[in-house]
Amino acid sequence: MSLQAEIEHYRNIVIVRLRGELDHHTADVLRFKMEEAIQRSGSDHIILSLKDLQFMDSSGIGVILGRYKQVRSKGGRMLVCHVNPNVHRLFELSGLFKILSIHDNERTAISSLEVVS
Amino acid sequence: MNSSNEMKLIFSARSENEAFARIAIAAFVSQLDPTLEELNDLKTAVSEAVTNAIIHGYDSDPSCQVTIEGRIDEDRISIIIQDDGRGIEDLDLAMQPLYTSKPELERSGMGFTIMENFMDSFEVTSKLGGGTRIALMKRIESKKALYN
Repeated sequence: MSLQAEIEHYRNIVIVRLRGELDHHTADVLRFKMEEAIQRSGSDHIILSLKDLQFMDSSGIGVILGRYKQVRSKGGRMLVCHVNPNVHRLFELSGLFKILSIHDNERTAISSLEVVS
Repeated sequence: MNSSNEMKLIFSARSENEAFARIAIAAFVSQLDPTLEELNDLKTAVSEAVTNAIIHGYDSDPSCQVTIEGRIDEDRISIIIQDDGRGIEDLDLAMQPLYTSKPELERSGMGFTIMENFMDSFEVTSKLGGGTRIALMKRIESKKALYN
């Protein structure tokens, strides 16, 4: 199974919905797709929705960390929602919980950004 | 009598085979009725080891080959992932969480940490210029009761 990334622009936020498997094979395409979406739209923040993500390994951590640095350098934030137990363990092991903001769903993620900005 | 069950796979060092390798191991271990969590642990660890072989062992050269051997003994699955690539120069450094020799590729440096945490046993042997061998073992909970 490959990876599909649905990208939506909402105000100053890029919402990325992942479906499928995020590994080294699919990470490169996702990296370029997200880089381009952030640059072209000039958006400040990213919301990553992992509701339909079936699998992720450390290549996913690399890509998430890379985009976190990208938005952070412009003062933006990265939020992640629908984190399943497997991804939760990977975030815990790699310390990603310390820098990412985790939300139950896209709605609560968006409202937390609206409160901030 | 030898009651173990064995399998062996040899495939090209192509990134699309990372999914193939973890699906093959998932199919092989299914006879032990693993939980979804155990299955995911195995798939993740195998994915990490195969990715390492392709990226670090072979510098993504698709003409090279990765070997996986699986063995089931009672409630245990043992997996060996092997490449004949460049080997690891400094194993202690490579084992450190968040260390990566390829930061430009956005590698997280978490591969070995994940394998160690997701498996019951984990061992790496590597020789500079002589390849890397990763041995993983996990006991499958649902079968433990039968064999204890």
